[in-house]
Amino acid sequence: MSKYIAKRLLMMIPTLIGSAIFVFFLLRLIPGDVCELRLAGTGLYADPAEIALCQKNLGLDQPLFVQFLDFLWGYVVFDLGDSMWTGFPVVHEISIRFELSLQVAIMATAVAIMIAIPLGIISAVKQDTWIDYIVRAFSIAGIAMPSFWLGILIILGMLIITQAMWGEPWMPPIDYVPIWEDPVRNLSQLIWPAVATGYRYSAVATRMTRSALLEVLREDYVRTARAKGLMEKVIINRHALKNALLPVVTIIAIEFAFLMGGLVVTEQVFNLNGLGKLFVESVGAQDFNMTQQLVKLVVVIFIFTNLFVDIFYAWLDPRIRYS
Amino acid sequence: MKNFTAKLAISAVIGAGVALSGAFADAAPKRGGTLNYVVGSKIPSYDGHKETTFGMIHPIRPFYSTLIRVNPDNPADPSDFVCDVCEGDVPKGEEGGTKFTFKIRKDVKFHDGTQMTAHDVKATMDKIIFPPKGIPSARKAFFKAVESVNVDNDYQLTMKLKFPTGSFIPALALPFNFIYAKKDLDAHGYTWHTKNINGTGPFKFVQHQKGSFVEGVRNPTYHHKGRPYLDGIKAISAPKLAVRVNAIRGDRAAIEFRGFPPKHRDDLVKALGKKITVQESDWNCVLMATPNHKRKPFDDVRVRKALTLAIDRWGGSKYLSRIAIVKTVGGVVYPQHSFAANESELLKLAGYSKDIKASRAEAMKLLKDAGAVGKTIDFSNRGVDQPYKIVGTWLIDQWKKVGFKVKQRVQPSPQFYATLRKKKDFDVSIDFNCQSVINPIADITKFLTSAGNNYSQGGDAKADALYEKLLRSGDAKEQRALIRQYEKRVLDDASVAFITLWWYKINPHRSYVKGWKIAPSHYLNQHLDNVWLDK
Repeated sequence: MSKYIAKRLLMMIPTLIGSAIFVFFLLRLIPGDVCELRLAGTGLYADPAEIALCQKNLGLDQPLFVQFLDFLWGYVVFDLGDSMWTGFPVVHEISIRFELSLQVAIMATAVAIMIAIPLGIISAVKQDTWIDYIVRAFSIAGIAMPSFWLGILIILGMLIITQAMWGEPWMPPIDYVPIWEDPVRNLSQLIWPAVATGYRYSAVATRMTRSALLEVLREDYVRTARAKGLMEKVIINRHALKNALLPVVTIIAIEFAFLMGGLVVTEQVFNLNGLGKLFVESVGAQDFNMTQQLVKLVVVIFIFTNLFVDIFYAWLDPRIRYS
Repeated sequence: MKNFTAKLAISAVIGAGVALSGAFADAAPKRGGTLNYVVGSKIPSYDGHKETTFGMIHPIRPFYSTLIRVNPDNPADPSDFVCDVCEGDVPKGEEGGTKFTFKIRKDVKFHDGTQMTAHDVKATMDKIIFPPKGIPSARKAFFKAVESVNVDNDYQLTMKLKFPTGSFIPALALPFNFIYAKKDLDAHGYTWHTKNINGTGPFKFVQHQKGSFVEGVRNPTYHHKGRPYLDGIKAISAPKLAVRVNAIRGDRAAIEFRGFPPKHRDDLVKALGKKITVQESDWNCVLMATPNHKRKPFDDVRVRKALTLAIDRWGGSKYLSRIAIVKTVGGVVYPQHSFAANESELLKLAGYSKDIKASRAEAMKLLKDAGAVGKTIDFSNRGVDQPYKIVGTWLIDQWKKVGFKVKQRVQPSPQFYATLRKKKDFDVSIDFNCQSVINPIADITKFLTSAGNNYSQGGDAKADALYEKLLRSGDAKEQRALIRQYEKRVLDDASVAFITLWWYKINPHRSYVKGWKIAPSHYLNQHLDNVWLDK
C-alpha cells in the first residue's frame, strides 16, 4: 500500500506541471490586466504612466516566457508570490479563507450523509412503496434545485417569517467569526449554506445509495444470508451496506472536493468569505497569480481526495489490493 | 399600494429633511455604538495615494485625516471646503492665487501617539505630487500647477503654484489625500502604507479580516473635539447587491454608502417603512457614449452628431430613473454646480432638444449626407447591470430609431477595458466619468485630445485651446463662459463624445443612523466622525 501511495504522490508532479502550464497561458489569453482595472476601472482619471508603472512593478511588462519561468521558479523556492490585487502573500490570502471553506464543506458533507444514507436505505428497502416515492421526489427535487437558489429562498424566508413573528427581520450574520471564537455566531452563519448545499449533495448521494443497495440486495450472498435466517437489519447493515457504499463514497468524496473550491455562487448568496468567492474575485480582478495558485490548490485537493477514496475502498472491501 | 406610496413619500420627506436641513443631525447626537456598513467592492491596498476605488475609501478613510475636506455638514455644496488638520478657514490664494499658506493644528496626533506637524503634511503632499521614481501616485496629474510645498515652521505650510487655477483647492480636498507620518515614510519607505495604517483620523484601525471586514475603534485623541460619536465602525465586504440590500433589511448593516437602484429603495421602504430613511442626490458620475474617431464612418463628425441627436435624454430620464441609477439631463459639468449648463443652455446643444422628432429628422439628414444610412454599430458595453447594461439597451433603441443597426458586445470589466483602452476595436463604447470632489475644471479634461481617459482616439483642437484658457483663468464668470464654449465644441460641433444621463445616488439606510449626509459622490463624507446612532 505504501508503495502505491508513493507512486500516486509522484504522479502528482506531472499533473501539477501540466495544470500550471494550462492555467498560466489560458489566463493570459484573456484581454485586460489588473492595473487597467485598478486604475481605470473606477472611471476616475487614470494616468497612463501610472498604469505602466503598476504593470512594471507587477512584472506584467516582461515577456510571457520570463513571467512563466518566474512563476515556475516560485514552486522551486516554495514562494507562491503575492496577490496582484492586495499585495499580500497568496498563502496568507488563501489560508484565511481555507478554514471557512473547509468548515462549510465538512458541515455540508455531514448534512448530506445524515440525509442520504438513511433515506437511500429506506428507499431501497421499501422499494416501490409510498415511502420510496416520497424519498425519490425529495431527492429529485434536491437535484433539480440549485443550491444557491435554495439559499436565496432560505434568506428571504427568514427575513419575511421573522418580521411577521417578531416585527424585526432577521438574517444570518454576513461576517465570519471562527468557531472557537464564537461558536453560536459561527454556526448561525454557516448552518444555512451547509443545509442548502448539503441538501443538493444529499439528493445525488440518496439516489446512488438506493440504486447501489438495490443491486447488492439482489446478490447471491444476500440471498444466502436470508436463507440462513439472518435478520434483515443485520443483512443490510453488516453485509449489504458496506458493499453498496463504494460508489456512494466516490460521489461524496468528489462532492467534498468540489465544495472546497467550487461553492462559488452559494458563497456569494450567503456572503461567505471562502475560496469560491476568492476565486471569482481573483478572476474578475485579473489577479493572475492568485487565480493560478487557487487552481493549483483545487488540483491538489482533488488528487488527495481521490487518493483517500482509493485507500478507503480497500478498507470497505478487503478484496481490493493495490500492490 | 396606497400604503406603500405613503411610506415611500414619508421616507423621502424624512430623507430630504435630513439631507437638506440637517435638523435631525444637529439635534443632540448620542454617543456610542458601532456602525456596521456594507461595502460592495474589495480593498486593493490601504494606500490612498495609490488607489482609486471606493472599495478602499469606505473602510479605510475613517482612519485618516486630510489637509482640507468637503464640509461634512454641507457636502451637497460643491464649493464648501473646510479645514481638517489645518486651522481656521481654507486659505484664499495670495500673490494672484499662486501662494496658499496653511496653518496646521497643534492638537493632531497620529494613532501611534506621535504629534503631527507641517513636516508630515509636506512629506504627504510631496509623495502625492512629486513621488520618487517607481512610486505610484494616482492623482499626481491633479496637482500639475503645484511648484513647491514648503514648511515655514512646525505648524505652517506654504504651497506655491506655477499659475493660478481654480482646480487646486478642490484637488486638495480629495478624500484620497491621507496624511501620513514623515517618520513612517522615512523609516519604512513609500510602500509601507499599502499594508499598514497609522493615521490621524477619527477611528483607529483594529483589524482587517481580508475579504470579510475591517474594524475600527474611536480615536480618543481625535482633533475635532467631541467627535467621533461612535465607539467603533465595521465595514463588511459584500460584493453582491442582493446581500447588501438584505443586510440592511435584516439589520446586519445599517447603511451602504455607494447607492442602490430605485427598485431596491422601494423594496426596503415597503418592507421596513419608517425604519428606513432615504437620502438622494445627483451623482458626480456620468454615463457616456464614446465613438471611435479612427473607425469609419465615425471619423465623420456628421455621423457622430447624428448619434447624439438620436438620443431622447429628457424622455430617457423620465423612464430610466425608475429602474436605473441615472436621472439628470446635463452637460459636461456636474448638474448642481454653478458652472453647469442650465436647461435653456442645454436645449441649445445637439441632442438636448425636447423636440425629439425634429432632432431625429436632423440626424437622418446628416446620415444621408454622410452616406451612412443603415450602418451597423459595433457597440461595446460593460457587463455590469447598473447602469451600463440598462442604459446600453436604451441607447440601442434610440440609435435604431435613426436607422442604425446595433450589434452589442457585453464584456466583463477587464475585457471591456482592454477593448476600450488597448484594442480599441469598437465603433461606439459605453464610457463613464466618475469623480469625487466636484472640480469642473479637472473633471472635464476627459474630452481633451491629450487626455489619457479620452478613448475616442480623437478630439478637437479648438476645445483644447479653450481648455488652456480656462485653466489659467482666475475669474469664475469667465470660467463659466469658457466652459459653455468648450461644452458646445465637445458635445455638439465636434461631437467628441456624448453625455447620456448623469447618475443618481440613492442611499436608503436604517433610520437610526444620524449625522451622515449624502454627498454628490460615493467617495465623499466617508470619515464618519459626524455619524451617530439613535438607538
